[in-house]
Amino acid sequence: MSSPTSTRTITYSEAIREGIGQAMEADDSVFMLGEDIGVYGGAFGVSGDLYHRFGPERIRDTPISELGIVGAAVGAALAGMRPIVEIQFSDFTNQAMDQIVNQAAKIHFMLGGAASVPMVLRAPLGSGTGAAAQHSQSLEAWFAHVPGLKVVMPATAEDAKGLLLSAIDDPNPVIVLEHKLLYRTSGPVPEEAVRIPLGKTAVRRTGADLSIVATGVMVSRALEAAETLAAEGIEVSVIDPRTLSPLDDAPILADVARTGRALLVQEAPGHVGFMAEIAARISESPTLYRLLAPIKRLSGLNAPIPYAPQLETASVPQVDDIVEAALTIMKES
Amino acid sequence: MPLSPLLDVDRGRAALRTMWQIRRFEEAVDDLFARGLMHGTMHLSIGQEASATGVCLALTDGDAITSTHRGHGHCIAQGADLVRMMAELLAKETGYCRGRGGSMHIADVATGNLGANGIVAGGIPIAAGAALAYQMRGEDHVVACFFGDGAANEGAFHEAVNLAAIWKLPVVFVCENNKYGMSFSTEKSMAIDTVAERAKGYGIPGVTVDGNDLEAVHEAASDAVARARAGEGPTLLENVTYRWKGHSKSDKNLYRTKEEITEWRGKDPIVRFEERLRSEGVLTQEDVDAVRAQALEDVRNAVREANSAPDADPTDLLDAVFASA
Ligand SMILES: Cc1ncc(C[n+]2csc(CCOP(=O)(O)OP(=O)(O)O)c2C)c(N)n1
Repeated sequence: MSSPTSTRTITYSEAIREGIGQAMEADDSVFMLGEDIGVYGGAFGVSGDLYHRFGPERIRDTPISELGIVGAAVGAALAGMRPIVEIQFSDFTNQAMDQIVNQAAKIHFMLGGAASVPMVLRAPLGSGTGAAAQHSQSLEAWFAHVPGLKVVMPATAEDAKGLLLSAIDDPNPVIVLEHKLLYRTSGPVPEEAVRIPLGKTAVRRTGADLSIVATGVMVSRALEAAETLAAEGIEVSVIDPRTLSPLDDAPILADVARTGRALLVQEAPGHVGFMAEIAARISESPTLYRLLAPIKRLSGLNAPIPYAPQLETASVPQVDDIVEAALTIMKES
Repeated sequence: MPLSPLLDVDRGRAALRTMWQIRRFEEAVDDLFARGLMHGTMHLSIGQEASATGVCLALTDGDAITSTHRGHGHCIAQGADLVRMMAELLAKETGYCRGRGGSMHIADVATGNLGANGIVAGGIPIAAGAALAYQMRGEDHVVACFFGDGAANEGAFHEAVNLAAIWKLPVVFVCENNKYGMSFSTEKSMAIDTVAERAKGYGIPGVTVDGNDLEAVHEAASDAVARARAGEGPTLLENVTYRWKGHSKSDKNLYRTKEEITEWRGKDPIVRFEERLRSEGVLTQEDVDAVRAQALEDVRNAVREANSAPDADPTDLLDAVFASA
């Protein structure tokens, strides 16, 4: 459709809510289930007034039983519905791992393609709220590692809505990892139900000197760092894969080949993390021969997220850390 | 009926002081939070003090508890130091977890508190495991496992209770039924009337008591502890109570009425026990006032001392990731 769209500024969580509302209006098979999504409006307020618009059948409050919730969504999806599960914190997907990893991700394959599981699992990830070790993890690499799951990490309000709409349309299980610190940030979002395709990397900014690849809340931190670096005469690209699986690596490889320098930034611990995959893709491609400096990863500490604010801040990359890492790469080359 | 052992001058005073310490501690936390002086999120157990206190008073040295996200009361009732608790919540190096745990993960292994838990039902299998260890080593310790009504819908609850039942583990499963799992009421989350009914499915006793009646909680917990210690296995004890405050800081309380909250505030477990102590002639009004004043002073002192402690230090943040050999 080529009808013009009008955008206005709304928050990341409003954008998600709007997307869900539009999908539910357009398709009766779309419904939501999760803990406290009804009158309460969701632990992070994302479902908001949807309960009042669509009622308790389609905005379905559940007992605290993540395995049961995800299992019910898998079954509903197999039987032709399009469920959207909200898990209050992505950490609690652990309770439901069998349904996510052994059931949802496998069924289409195991049945030789005879049936599919068109479900969406939305969950907030990340640190920064003082919620400590069991409510602050970034487990995206776990999900991205499992064949059969698609994994998206929207970094802007527009992406939050557009990627979610594509996730709902998609015939596969899609894990949407929303960052808690982004819920209240805002940006321009089309009023219409505009889809952003899954598996399309976004280049947020283009610069000649260095390519920064970042995910989740690190995208906005990288953009902020880019401003500081620009003031020092260093021009950086900021690239946001958006979909971690399947991964669209071509724009990343092309940009790194052009700048010759790569800084890979993630909140999750570095060890066996998603950015290790990006580093490997660069090393496995001809882009390797264009590098002017070693690839650098900037990650969260290999430690659980602590409670105390000063400890929490010290555990994950901040804007200054990104600036410093960028300057180090520039010096090394 | 014989009088409750808590209706004795020393024990009565101690029990009352514990309940007031819990109340005042959480009021102080609520206030520090509202003034932006405390970080993270908090789940207050104001209104539920009799459950923590009655159960922990039924335990003896060497017994253990596992606790929940709403665990300040359990921690205090089990004998933790208010200063170190407050220091943890204020992100201090001297806190029980050196600033790494905070409210939701507070633990004091020395007093047998094996830990609060940020995962609903996360502590239930752990309690069964600790009880298994005691059983295997032939120690006569008991574990009291606190959890909410909401937690009783998690798979972890069912699996843990079943294991404890088949192995006759020395554990008391204490469900604090405050009627809501966040916003979802027990009427909606279960098709039965009481959580204790579930005990039948595992072949163990299930007991429901008025969780705002300290003596009733204590008596039922004492029976269950005795049963566990005698090798007869677990009991599912359900304390019916109510949390006065929202689930956590971000709760707008849209799922319950003001009238309901007011009604339950009228059933204050602490005031109720004070009345019992006075009417039975155990303590005078002056004694009761002195206990209240002392608890307030204890908590003020905890805030003062904790505030002057050094902040948790990021330089050795990787210290506790792995234990050293
Ligand atoms: C596995 C898991 N799911 C969801 C949550 C979010 N959550 C924290 S407390 C809570 C309600 C727990 O209710 P209940 O067990 O009745 O205890 P109460 O809060 O009433 O004391 C929820 C849903 C969580 N922490 N862990």
